[in-house]
Amino acid sequence: MAERISRDEVAHVAWLARLQLSAAELERFTPQLGDVLDHAADVAALNLDDVAATSHPYPVTNVLRDDVVGPVLDRDEVLAQAPSSEDGQFRVPPVRGESP
Amino acid sequence: MSFDGPAARIAAAVRAGERSATSAVAESLAAIDAAGELGAFNAVTADAALARAEAIDDAVAAGDDPGPLAGAPVALKDNICTSGAPTTCSSRILEGWTPPYDATVVRRLEAAGAVVVGKTNMDEFAMGSSTENSAFGPTRNPLDPERVPGGSSGGSAASVAGGLTPLALASDTGGSIRQPAALCGIVGMKPTYGRVSRYGLVAFASSLDQIGPMARTVGDAALLYSVIAGCDPLDSTSVPEPLGDLNGALAADVDGLRVGIVSELSGEGIDGDVLSRLDAAATALTGAGAYVGEVSVPAAVYGLSAYFLIAPAEASSNLARYDGVRYGLRVPAAGAVDMNVATRTAGFGDEVKRRIMLGTFVLSAGYYDAYYAKALQVRTLVVRDFAAAYERFDVLLAPTSPSVAFRFGERTADPLTMYLSDACTVASNLAGHPAVSVPFGSGADGLPVGVQVMAPAFGEDVMFRAAAALERLLADVPRPDGAAATAAAKP
Amino acid sequence: MSDRPGFGADRVWQSGSPGLGAPAGTEWEMVVGLEVHAELLTATKLFSASPNAFGGQPNTHIDPVCLGLPGTLPVLNRRAVELAIRVGLALGAEVRPSIFARKNYYYPDMPKNYQISQYDRPINTGGSLELPSGKVVGIVRAHLEEDTGKSTHVGGAGRIDDAAWSLVDYNRAGVPLLEIVSHPDLRSAAEAREYVTELRATLLAVGASDGKMEEGSLRVDANVSVRPRGSAELGTRCEVKNVNSLRSLGRALEHEARRQIDLLSSGQRVAQETRHWNEDTGRTSLLRSKEEATDYRYFPEPDLVPLVPEPALIERIRADLPLLPRQRRHRLAAAAGQSPARVALLVERGQDDLALAAVEAGATPESVLKHLEQHLADGAGALTAAGLAGLIAMEQRGELSSNQSKAVLAEMVRSGGSPSEVAQRAGFEAVAAGELAGVLERIIAEHPAEWQRLCTGDERERKKMQGFFTGQVMRATKGQANGRDVAALLEDRAGTSADSAPG
Ligand SMILES: [Mg+2]
Ligand SMILES: [Zn+2]
Repeated sequence: MAERISRDEVAHVAWLARLQLSAAELERFTPQLGDVLDHAADVAALNLDDVAATSHPYPVTNVLRDDVVGPVLDRDEVLAQAPSSEDGQFRVPPVRGESP
Repeated sequence: MSFDGPAARIAAAVRAGERSATSAVAESLAAIDAAGELGAFNAVTADAALARAEAIDDAVAAGDDPGPLAGAPVALKDNICTSGAPTTCSSRILEGWTPPYDATVVRRLEAAGAVVVGKTNMDEFAMGSSTENSAFGPTRNPLDPERVPGGSSGGSAASVAGGLTPLALASDTGGSIRQPAALCGIVGMKPTYGRVSRYGLVAFASSLDQIGPMARTVGDAALLYSVIAGCDPLDSTSVPEPLGDLNGALAADVDGLRVGIVSELSGEGIDGDVLSRLDAAATALTGAGAYVGEVSVPAAVYGLSAYFLIAPAEASSNLARYDGVRYGLRVPAAGAVDMNVATRTAGFGDEVKRRIMLGTFVLSAGYYDAYYAKALQVRTLVVRDFAAAYERFDVLLAPTSPSVAFRFGERTADPLTMYLSDACTVASNLAGHPAVSVPFGSGADGLPVGVQVMAPAFGEDVMFRAAAALERLLADVPRPDGAAATAAAKP
Repeated sequence: MSDRPGFGADRVWQSGSPGLGAPAGTEWEMVVGLEVHAELLTATKLFSASPNAFGGQPNTHIDPVCLGLPGTLPVLNRRAVELAIRVGLALGAEVRPSIFARKNYYYPDMPKNYQISQYDRPINTGGSLELPSGKVVGIVRAHLEEDTGKSTHVGGAGRIDDAAWSLVDYNRAGVPLLEIVSHPDLRSAAEAREYVTELRATLLAVGASDGKMEEGSLRVDANVSVRPRGSAELGTRCEVKNVNSLRSLGRALEHEARRQIDLLSSGQRVAQETRHWNEDTGRTSLLRSKEEATDYRYFPEPDLVPLVPEPALIERIRADLPLLPRQRRHRLAAAAGQSPARVALLVERGQDDLALAAVEAGATPESVLKHLEQHLADGAGALTAAGLAGLIAMEQRGELSSNQSKAVLAEMVRSGGSPSEVAQRAGFEAVAAGELAGVLERIIAEHPAEWQRLCTGDERERKKMQGFFTGQVMRATKGQANGRDVAALLEDRAGTSADSAPG
């Protein structure tokens, strides 16, 4: 059977997930992820054409809140937990490129 | 009868002014202190707990009722947010972070007079079945320190089983309350999805996660459950259905109760000693007047596959927020993206990385339909097949864990083997149904075996009815003595 | 204004040099679809209770949910849903059961590194927007989503690519947005601007947004392609981002279309990519190629439940909708016997109610439109419809000269009052017909030679002398004579003179 996930694909998803893998980790993780996907092959093989998807256990709808202002966080308290801050803002290394 | 157990007795005594909350809490703190080698706790909030206990004693002295859990020490799994103490999820990435708010369950505990004594160890971000994936070291099984307590709520299970606290809260995404409860010989219950607010529970897989109680008795578990359950405006997925008469359910007998043994969860892949205890439970229930039969839930066999597609998918998104920008760990780097990568790479352990990558993969372009979309459809089948089973049976019975507690390192080399630990429990999470693990004697090496009682959505009352009966019946059932029982247990 | 949206002619480009697929002299047209993000006018965020307010100190409008703290959960804002439905109904969209989805990508100003948005099941689908020109632009969808925070790039002259570090403010994180996506129905920069102007007016009319582009509460991304005029196929499109005003929208579209035409005309291909509009250089530059496009890994948001608007709620909102700009144009156009485009300016200025009431009070529509268009660019002030109708009636009775009328109108705008009172107060007594004849006779007597030239001169001479005598009469009456009366009197008198003059 063809491998369910290749080393390149593992490297690609690691990048999408903002993780970096060493060559050894790539070597180790690739078959491990492949095993789980193999186990899931029974699901992938099912013909489920007429079956609806369930993404919530219960059919609850329309849970809404009134548009009323509540308390805000204390900025100093929040920034005290931040790795770095400046002028009341969160400081991060330079962001290259725009948000997508 | 009813809500009976060590916690209920503490609360009754404190409310009656017969003992102080302070003594109960001090006793618990001392036990925690003495059991340091278990590795059950990430943090102990001794000062806050004692101050709180004193306030409860003052209230009682003033003639006020502190509530149904007055003075009862409770341990919290370290993925439940507390404004007074760090919440780490046993991960380096959150080390040192103290939430600026309390989880809804914490507020409910306080309103009921319970006293939080600390935060318990767990598999990092609740991903695991042995509590070996904690960044702060493993938790040991109080019944055998060479063995795992199960997971991911191993710290909470060890705290209760080791007598450090009568109660603990934990979370269950695929069995993380029930499996460690079974391996530690205590009661652990996963409520109906939506019964207990998830506000303040650090998310693993949002559509599966539920907070639930761990206790030494079914009565204590029901009492703790009744305190934390209820609709919460801060959780859109919480539900308003009334709890039902839990007290009555605990006292009721099982005469005429229809109990179905799930064939798909009680054969292949389950150890013989475990199956023999399931058999003993069935026999005992029959003797007590229940009708016990076999029932097929065909989709249950796909449960684990669907679970290991859905849970990582949601996790990959839920854990994206740990990026070194706003809280927790930051590993410095020259640019923002490099900083995100360096932080996440250093901050997460292997199991978390595996699941994040798996989830990212099954959601990614080209694979979504083959894996994630299919898993959501399988979820529909699971719900449908359980619904059919509940047309014929009031509750379903299955093992909680395929085996008794295993040794450290036994399953860490092969993640898939570890994942099979959840084979019997994930179906309830996929369906959103309540389920409880009740100790029912011991199996191999004299280690405890748990029997799982499952019920339809919002059927906690009938679930507790069957669980309480099993607890009572256990006293009458002869315990198997190790190897002989295991050999005799093959179906 | 000559460059008012919709009134500028479509620009036609001709390719200069022959290209592979496009012969020299090919006429090109641009094809534009717009994605407009409008911040909704709620008191709180889309999923939590911290304030939705512009300005304020950084990170003071934040709560655990909008900051994406571990363990927090979103709860949907009822008002945001109602506003989304209002806009949907105003656009003639179908309001449908919808779900939220997570759009996953990393960026420091996004607290959870996913945006809660709507994907395959948005709240509003379909609909259209009719522009003042009469053109109808199709709407694909209008969906709810949360806004991000804001990053400021510090050092390196604030330029994003050589900043030394960045600062993040999450006040805007979680502000409710409605993303309104049009079909690629727009064919010129002017049309695109007209579309945004009309959409903005519609959002304002229903109270959904304040539409302030300069504060970022209305943001526009453009999908641009070009094709030979007459072609039915769509060209490869580029998405242009960072368009922060109507003016830059026009400039950016012109530039981007020109760039694509140049590529195609020289035998090159347009690559599908995302481009950044730079206001300073007046150019777009590559932001991301198609290959670099993010895999957003959308999936249903498990922390929220489906939104299924009750039919009764939809009907209540529909009944509560105010008149929309399009409806106002059609209403006034019908009453005034004009085209909707002709009355668009007054609707835009909010003077259509006044115009309509004046017409209904009996004033000549043409006069009403002329007065409002020409004299009330700065607003109608205290002017009432009855006052305007009365003024027009006085003009028509010859009781006011055009100068006097203008002055009276200005005063009515300033302080109200009826036109007759204002005219009286200003001493604008209309010069009686008999009195005017007397004045004219006196002037004729004083200027016999000129009068002779008027009576016997050729056409050109007569016109010149008519001007002379009109001027003299106006001077003698201090401008109070009605111009039309003077002209009629002159014609009368000259006719008589010509008859009696000795041959
Ligand atoms: Mg968009
Ligand atoms: Zn958007």
